[in-house]
Amino acid sequence: MRNSEYSITLQENKKAFRDGLRDGLPIGLGYFAVSFSLGIMAKRAGLNPFQGFLASLLCNASAGEYAGFSLIMVQASYIEVAIMTFIANARYLLMSCALSQKMKPSLSLVHRLAVGYDVTDEIFAISIGRKGWLNPNYNYGAIAIAAPCWSIGTAVGCLAGNLMPLRLVSAFSVALYGMFLAIIIPPVRKDKVIGVIIAVCFAGSFLAGYLPGISKLSSGTRTILLTVVISSVAAILFPRGQEEQPS
Amino acid sequence: MQEHNIYLYILIMFGVSYVIRVLPLTLIRKPIKNRFVQSFLYYVPYVTLAVMTFPAITEATQSPIAGLVALIVGIVAAWFGASLFQVAVTCCGIVLVLELFLC
Repeated sequence: MRNSEYSITLQENKKAFRDGLRDGLPIGLGYFAVSFSLGIMAKRAGLNPFQGFLASLLCNASAGEYAGFSLIMVQASYIEVAIMTFIANARYLLMSCALSQKMKPSLSLVHRLAVGYDVTDEIFAISIGRKGWLNPNYNYGAIAIAAPCWSIGTAVGCLAGNLMPLRLVSAFSVALYGMFLAIIIPPVRKDKVIGVIIAVCFAGSFLAGYLPGISKLSSGTRTILLTVVISSVAAILFPRGQEEQPS
Repeated sequence: MQEHNIYLYILIMFGVSYVIRVLPLTLIRKPIKNRFVQSFLYYVPYVTLAVMTFPAITEATQSPIAGLVALIVGIVAAWFGASLFQVAVTCCGIVLVLELFLC
């Protein structure tokens, strides 16, 4: 009977799904604002609203999509887009590793494939916060709210980015960076090393725009290079213990 | 320059994003042991997001100064525990107000 253990017809699974909906709502609202800003970026990269909607529905990744769009804008090669998507989303690899530890070993492949569709910073955070084995129905509830908000927000940003005055476009376009800051800054309180690394990244990213040779590379390629170099150096200088995971 | 297909770009982005998430969920049942790989993966999210934030935030706005102030205010707001949504909206508000004067 283990395959029907998480069937939505069971009362406890219905509750898990409702819990997911409840926790997914504030996430969805936040996503709408941020993906609106992503939609503006998609538009600049040459995507129409449907393509923006499709990209967000399939990819569910802020930084990953942003990086992808910035490469599409300069008509980068498919390989560059694949590598950049991998780098920008590498954190999901780590999150999924952590999430795999939270899944009952007997959890079926279908559920694993479905939960994997929408592992994001926020959904990862609320999933890890649940007690005991992860009930996939909880994730389905959260995804049922968050994913449509994310993809529709992108399409609306693509559409309305056109109609809005330049002043508003300018203001909305920083929402995405605000979200990035909300992810990277809070951990600095507990771990000063991350603060130092962020400062190095800002300086490195700024200098890379001026250094001979490197400044000639596309901004996406510069991001890949800087990420690999700085993360490697940080991993050598400040190795992490077994038990530590970003939250 | 060769014109690339946007749907193919999206398909590649989807393929890579999905495989990254699903492979660990389906294959890895034990924690990663290699300390370097573990540490590298731990730092990657912070590094990649930080690199993409600055100086790009100052180039996204009409006035670079508005972008810079949004960056600083965003850092302060995030430091004091503002939620993802609050930080994003605060940054937008700062730019909106500042550009009334700067542009």
